[in-house]
Amino acid sequence: MYRYSEFDTAFLAERNAQFRAQVERRIDGSLTEDEFKPLRLMNGLYLQLHAYMLRVAIPYGTLSSAQMRQLALLAEKWDKGYGHFTTRQNIQYNWPKLNDVPDMLDALAEVGMHAIQTSGNTIRNVTADHFAGAAADEVADPRPYAELLRQWSTDHPEFQFMPRKFKIAITGSENDRAVIKAHDIGLQLIERDGVLGARVIVGGGLGRTPMIGKELSEFVAFDDLLAYLEATVSVWNQIGRRDNKYKARIKITVHENGIDTIRAKVNERFLQVRPQFKGADMNLLEEIKGHFAPPAFREGSVASFESAYTNDPVFRSWVDTNIAPHKNADHAIVTISIKKHGQTPGDATAEQMRVMADLAEEFAYDELRISHEQNVILPHVHKSDLPAIHAKLKEYELATANIGLISDIIACPGMDYCALATARSIPVAQEIATRFEDMKLEHDIGHLKIKISGCINACGHHHVGHIGILGLDRAGVENYQITLGGDATETAAIGDRTGPGFAYDEIVPAVERIVDTYLEQRESAEETFLEAYRRVGMAPFKAALYPEAQANAA
Amino acid sequence: MARAFTPKVVTANDLLEGDVVYQTEDDRWSRDLSEAELITDEAHAQVRLLDAARQASKIVGAYLADAVAGDNGPEPAHFREDFRRTGPSNYAHGKQETSPQPRA
Ligand code: HEM
Ligand code: SF4
Repeated sequence: MYRYSEFDTAFLAERNAQFRAQVERRIDGSLTEDEFKPLRLMNGLYLQLHAYMLRVAIPYGTLSSAQMRQLALLAEKWDKGYGHFTTRQNIQYNWPKLNDVPDMLDALAEVGMHAIQTSGNTIRNVTADHFAGAAADEVADPRPYAELLRQWSTDHPEFQFMPRKFKIAITGSENDRAVIKAHDIGLQLIERDGVLGARVIVGGGLGRTPMIGKELSEFVAFDDLLAYLEATVSVWNQIGRRDNKYKARIKITVHENGIDTIRAKVNERFLQVRPQFKGADMNLLEEIKGHFAPPAFREGSVASFESAYTNDPVFRSWVDTNIAPHKNADHAIVTISIKKHGQTPGDATAEQMRVMADLAEEFAYDELRISHEQNVILPHVHKSDLPAIHAKLKEYELATANIGLISDIIACPGMDYCALATARSIPVAQEIATRFEDMKLEHDIGHLKIKISGCINACGHHHVGHIGILGLDRAGVENYQITLGGDATETAAIGDRTGPGFAYDEIVPAVERIVDTYLEQRESAEETFLEAYRRVGMAPFKAALYPEAQANAA
Repeated sequence: MARAFTPKVVTANDLLEGDVVYQTEDDRWSRDLSEAELITDEAHAQVRLLDAARQASKIVGAYLADAVAGDNGPEPAHFREDFRRTGPSNYAHGKQETSPQPRA
């Protein structure tokens, strides 16, 4: 687990003291809101519809049990007893009071956490595969590189006032769980002739103009990676558009200039910046790696796991959906669903956070992860401990067996909280989950990802949902647009619009018609929704969604 | 012909709590939309917004929101304002905890 150095601790303490003074000056009237707003945003404090919101970074989604307990404490002491885990591996508190925020930040600093650079035109919290360091399919643990990138970018003078915010994601596996193709820069660690390096993807992003990232380089050796990334960011910083905030993202720069031009410029700049990197970063990387050393995996019989698997159908169903292969065969990766049917996706109560922290401490080498799919992960669990973990999770409504299924929905806060929203997303997610649970269809439907955003900013990743839902305001009423065939993995794709949108009370029935169509069309239970969609195309879904249009055309 | 002016209320968030507040005729900030001053004149609306902007030590982000006259004072004209005066729909938090705002 990464530990802050002395410098980081001092830096955080100073930042928090500064912000405390700024809050005081805002409250006593010596700072106007115009002066205060950029300062609070730099410290992760937003104003939403009903209250302030504090966004706390969880770098590369990794937490210790002590950190998770502290998040629970914040929820209980200064919020309404819960927190919301987001797709950016952050946690958001929806109800803090302005004069409590400095205390909240101090409490976070006690466990080495903060809310810096969760906002503003900076390089944001670097996200990593939530199975990092555990996945059976990974080349190397991406988190040391994520941490190196964090240290390189935090307070980097050139990167404080960029054209726009900048998001980096990193994975160590061919199977992409970090959505690297929808980030400004996506990195996939690969090994070539015994040398570790990264494939560099650039210019992905969702929002108003969704784009799938393009390959900038098929391989950059680690020794050169920081220099290469610095060159990339610097080219964009130089030629990226600042005239229009929607055109300022690197995806537009790549789109307007073409990937080949960008590559040539990056290569040119790379030669200039390379001499400044004299290997100090590689020494630092070695040091960081030490903090991410895998735990000493314990040995022992897995017989108790096997007998529970054979004898307990509820346990078996949970294992089949929520457990992923670990690189150590006697271990497993547990995904704890914080999406019980009908609950708000991504919300966990203080009590649930403590239970998960306790489980991590007792059974999982003290480690937890937050996934961009808004679930919590115990990355290293010996299989013989799975029955005990499952039993405990059941007591706290945390044992829902729905990972990767239709109720494992990503939903942004939408109009229930967000000041930018054009429609709600949470209740749509709640109703879809409840509806399919009532019909007991979820396991039959199989792998299906629904993602919902409450406005064009696409925080809910709707473009890359197998079924994407975008909430809009059409003449003063909520209206929902549907896209099909999006994909957030290594075969990333932006979904296709089905046609006109649906009213709030029509959206769940519309999703039902889509799912019915899939069940009719699929060749076998093995053919997933996405595979079926890719084979049969939009037509049958359109026919099911818009029967009137079909009738008129006939 | 001048377009008819849509009635407005001045609304903001409380500086410390963040809670949604409305400007009343007697210059208080109420948590309750029904107590808000319903402004039917454009020039007066601008004056009242300036009044609000001068109270930076109490509130944040004042703006004019469309509203309609109801039996018990102003009602929201748009669903966004309906949420603001009520609270989120996934939990009975916000104003639902304290004041009896009906959800439409
Ligand atoms: C409620 C307060 C929030 C505000 C004000 C907010 C605002 C925004 C805005 C303005 C953008 C678009 C940026 C751009 O295109 O340049 C954005 C993007 C994004 N937000 Fe949020 N957001 C909020 C909450 C969330 C939450 C809760 C999540 C996770 C569930 C999230 C995840 C994301 C992601 C992943 C993107 C990137 C989409 C892309 O690739 O373009 N945001 N956010
Ligand atoms: S997608 Fe829109 S509504 Fe949803 S959180 Fe992002 S900005 Fe808010």
